[in-house]
Amino acid sequence: MAGAGGGGNDVQWCFSQVKGAIDDDVAEADIISTVEFNHSGELLATGDKGGRVVIFQQELESKNQPQCRGEYNVYSTFQSHEPEFDYLKSLEIEEKINKIRWLPQKNAAQFLLSTNDKTIKLWKISERDKRPEGYNLKEEDGRYRDPTTVTTLRVPVFHPMDLMVEASPRRVFANAHTYHINSISVNSDCETYLSADDLRINLWNLEITDRSFNIVDIKPANMEELTEVITAAEFHPNQCNTFVYSSSKGTIRLCDMRASALCDQHSKLFEEPEDPSNRSFFSEIISSISDVKFSHSGRYMMTRDYLTVKIWDLNMESRPVETYQVHEYLRSKLCSLYENDCIFDKFECCWNGNDSVVMTGSYNNFFRMFDRGYRQDVTLEASRESSKPRSVLKPRKVCTGGKRKKDEISVDSLDFNKKILHTAWHPQDNIIAVATTNNLYIFQDRLTSIQ
Amino acid sequence: MYSKGTKRKFSDSVDAATENKAVLYSRQRQFLLDMSLIKLQLCHMLVEPNMCRSVLVANTVRHIQEEMTHDGSWQLVTEAFGGSGPSDHLVATEVLCRSSALEQQGGGPKLYSVMGYDSCREEEVVTDEALCSVTISDGAPALLGTIDHCWDRAEVRMAAVEDRVIKDSGSEVEDGAMSGEGAKTVMGQVFGTFEIKTGAPGSDPALEELFSAVDASYYDLDTMLTGIQSTPKMGPYNLLDSMASSHGPASNSSCRTDLSELDHIMEIIVGS
Repeated sequence: MAGAGGGGNDVQWCFSQVKGAIDDDVAEADIISTVEFNHSGELLATGDKGGRVVIFQQELESKNQPQCRGEYNVYSTFQSHEPEFDYLKSLEIEEKINKIRWLPQKNAAQFLLSTNDKTIKLWKISERDKRPEGYNLKEEDGRYRDPTTVTTLRVPVFHPMDLMVEASPRRVFANAHTYHINSISVNSDCETYLSADDLRINLWNLEITDRSFNIVDIKPANMEELTEVITAAEFHPNQCNTFVYSSSKGTIRLCDMRASALCDQHSKLFEEPEDPSNRSFFSEIISSISDVKFSHSGRYMMTRDYLTVKIWDLNMESRPVETYQVHEYLRSKLCSLYENDCIFDKFECCWNGNDSVVMTGSYNNFFRMFDRGYRQDVTLEASRESSKPRSVLKPRKVCTGGKRKKDEISVDSLDFNKKILHTAWHPQDNIIAVATTNNLYIFQDRLTSIQ
Repeated sequence: MYSKGTKRKFSDSVDAATENKAVLYSRQRQFLLDMSLIKLQLCHMLVEPNMCRSVLVANTVRHIQEEMTHDGSWQLVTEAFGGSGPSDHLVATEVLCRSSALEQQGGGPKLYSVMGYDSCREEEVVTDEALCSVTISDGAPALLGTIDHCWDRAEVRMAAVEDRVIKDSGSEVEDGAMSGEGAKTVMGQVFGTFEIKTGAPGSDPALEELFSAVDASYYDLDTMLTGIQSTPKMGPYNLLDSMASSHGPASNSSCRTDLSELDHIMEIIVGS
């Protein structure tokens, strides 16, 4: 069944494509830092540590291979952000793209927001496939003609040309954030968007770059008392007055912008009581939420902390309705993971098109899918070894102790440098984009039959 | 632990096991504390450190310190460092201050560094009594090196020194207060770096004199950037600000009294 299931038996995931350099020597600038499908799924954008954005476009399904959905090929590449230097603080501002968010398409052009730590930019991506020829005052190469040599007048005519995709910055939203921006989210009204940094959230109008409204401010009067930061924020998909933000203490606050101008008072506070049996010095760190995503329906939201994915019903604040263990076997390794800083890795999570399956990344280039309906989960791997076209991905298993079965991998053999932090799911189809350190893998489900 | 020939009773062996567990636990906890403090230090990057990580590590430190205070083991730690001043046990600001203060006994007139970074020492401003500074000896690495505002530093040393004075005079309050205070000042200094401190440089003639002694190459961008591995940045504005804070006539009137008080206390400690 196309479009349904994920971890269930009826879906098999196949390798489709991989983008990026093959060699193991990873150039720092090539490290992928964000992945995002647009609203139709036709375009797939990635941002990297070098400040570049690469957009892939899905080819129309070919008649020769009806069983294959279109491939994604490079559509546009541009340098979104450049490194900067903050002279006041004597610190570099990284050009790394933290987030990309697409705007819903209104006309022929596509728009996306991309952000680094300090500055958000609105980019227009437009196609040009025609060129005017036959100017009166200009030669074909652009040089101006001597007006005295013009003896006749003609009307310039458009001629087809090779498709050219142009990306141009239309707005630059700068100087509004003292701290590092971690999230941007476009409102359902398509007029405003929010940007969140460690301590503040600002509301922008897409047309206005010289001012923004501060809607959340959790900065304490005395920085010595700082114990909590904002980790992610998102607008509700349908209600333009509602947004949520998550914190490093594992709480999610839902705010209603109609209540007051400054939304420091939450409307709802989502927090799960701590499990006393699992308490340790790392409890707070692993409860820190790294990502929050609303379901497409707007009824649920999903949060990712270090070891779990939790689904919350917006109507119930006391605890999540579902909790999925991503890699519980790491619980006994928390001290080592703290030592090598892996415990601070920020994994993202995503929903499939009909909110039935959720996906998130793990270590060793593993990623996990949880089917909410069938109560099944699967672990898959993004690797060059399983990269033969249309080869079915084999489920992977981590052995936690005792005898290691064949094909299982033991916890101690996991490569913690190979982490999948960013994943994206096509809004309608079973196509997923999974980013390893510097490669982008695209997987599709195997269409079992043509209806 | 047990002399030869003593029969161990069951309860003793259970106690031994529990004691071993406790020792193991406190050792692990100490290890975690040390690691966390090192993590807080290692924010000397060219790029601003990740605030979420810093907050989480700082909270862990606070949590451990609270537990250790509760245990009473915090007292043991501070006493242990009173005499020897080891460099690699960076437990708290005030302990560091004590150890560095003690290491300076017998030295020349020691000064409090307004910059206080390891590799900045060569370029340290020429000091006089009005400008307190302490050179951090090589043995005690800059624990809270993310500080780029000297005033916080001076305040911390003030607090530390004051506490020590109080302790000497037999107050009980110190340890409990210090764990909270120590933690607080640690956090303040870590997060102080995220703030842009503004301060108008004064037009003090004394300032001119001080500036003449400052190595101008410090302001050179290349120097700052290439020296970044070990040097936390101290931009021109910070330098001006630190000058201003120490010398600013109107803005910090209490500053002068504090500094002279600090001098006085230092003299007591150093024993001159």
